[in-house]
Amino acid sequence: MGSGHTHKLYRHGTSPVHGMPPHCKIAAVFGFVLVVVSTPREAFWAFGAYALLLAGVAAAARIPPGFLLKRLLVEVPFVAFALLMPFVAEGPRTEVLGVQLSVSGLWGAWNILAKGTLGVAASVLLASTTELRALLLGLQRLRMPPLLVQIASFMIRYGDVIADEMRRMRIARASRGFEARGIRHWGVLGKTAGALFIRSYERGERVHLAMVSRGYTGTMPDLHTVSATRAQWAHAAALPAAALAVCLIGWTL
Amino acid sequence: MTPGTTPPAPSLEVEGLAYAYPDGHQALFGVDLTVARGERVALLGPNGAGKTTLVLHLNGILGAGSGSSAGTVRVAGLPVGKRHLAEVRRRVGIVFQDPDDQLFMPTVREDVAFGPAAAGLRGEELDDTVRRALERVGMAEHADRPPHHLSFGQRRRVAVATVLAMEPEILVLDEPSSNLDPASRRELADVLRSLDVTVLMVTHDLPYALELCPRSVVLSGGVIAADGRTQELLCDTELMRRHRLELPFGFDPSSVTVPV
Repeated sequence: MGSGHTHKLYRHGTSPVHGMPPHCKIAAVFGFVLVVVSTPREAFWAFGAYALLLAGVAAAARIPPGFLLKRLLVEVPFVAFALLMPFVAEGPRTEVLGVQLSVSGLWGAWNILAKGTLGVAASVLLASTTELRALLLGLQRLRMPPLLVQIASFMIRYGDVIADEMRRMRIARASRGFEARGIRHWGVLGKTAGALFIRSYERGERVHLAMVSRGYTGTMPDLHTVSATRAQWAHAAALPAAALAVCLIGWTL
Repeated sequence: MTPGTTPPAPSLEVEGLAYAYPDGHQALFGVDLTVARGERVALLGPNGAGKTTLVLHLNGILGAGSGSSAGTVRVAGLPVGKRHLAEVRRRVGIVFQDPDDQLFMPTVREDVAFGPAAAGLRGEELDDTVRRALERVGMAEHADRPPHHLSFGQRRRVAVATVLAMEPEILVLDEPSSNLDPASRRELADVLRSLDVTVLMVTHDLPYALELCPRSVVLSGGVIAADGRTQELLCDTELMRRHRLELPFGFDPSSVTVPV
């Protein structure tokens, strides 16, 4: 986790999309997803239009299609669920290639697949053009509860430290001849997890002590003033606004 | 005393400090300690002597309200208590033993800025303070790196910078030389020598105390058992043995000339 993940998700660049203030991008993605999910599922062409819009953003951000498609693989577990729906759903049936499938199940699967993929693609674009740190600042700017932002930023800072501790414990286990082979060894792994929890908890206490010693009183000092100009907001709004137009046409047709 | 000039209040005055943890374990039994402004003092003592408990009293983390305590602590004349807690914590800069505990922000710069920003500094003034603090420990070029990408010695130096940025009256270091390789140890010593602040250094590392601190106090069994010139204390083999303080193999404190 931590910086490791930052580097994996984030794709460094200097495109106009990268340069946009983080809170504008978050708001734009959120608006886009809202519009997509409220589009009627019968309007096939609308989903194609959304995909084109995202492709346009990806091109502007100079994100290669291969990179984007690879990141989309996180969606696979949900796709598996969607593929099951035509087989298990109730209602009138239809026959496709000699297999009995539920009509409502097919619609449901299509709905999840199309809207999910578009949502994930938009989030992947956001994550690959915005650093994790900037995302948190953006959320803070959008008035996300400060406590949640603090928790998330501590996760970024201490993820590596804790992963390192876990690695050292694994090496210590292995050095004494332990190898997890099946259920009989779960007890040892469980105890390791417990020890790790207690160590992390105690570290939390020490960190809090260090924070209090330097004047922490419950709120993080606001070090960054990220602000967006009207023009930047207008740029960011282009995506959800175009999507909204498509959606409205979809409803009226 | 010449009329018209009052000498500055000592950086630290501890009088009759006693403390028992809420579980009843008594850690301090009446500690008296005065550290004059600009002094560098080593606080020596075996494990479990109450060193950490004493340190946590200096900025009011422990004290009235957590467990039972008696006695007073004053920092540059200001009594440590609920009323002045924020000011006391600005004046007493504690550098904890594990820099990963001390450095909790995503980048070095933000971490050093944390204390002064909590005290209300903003904008250019804040940037200046951060830059100066990092320059004093020789880490200015690493300002934008995340702490976990630095070496252990570098992290310890950044930890010192995080408290220097608050312009403390007294710098309290908990085991500053632990886990450092000899080169990082020497670099940290150079940094500490170059600072013009009062230093209280808690340590087991007796050669390091001898190198950096002209004066030492021995805390043992919750009281100050000895207070004097570091070299004299280290040469007193009877005293050292009584308080489980041992010199590294082959080290003879009387053979070293220390700067007075």
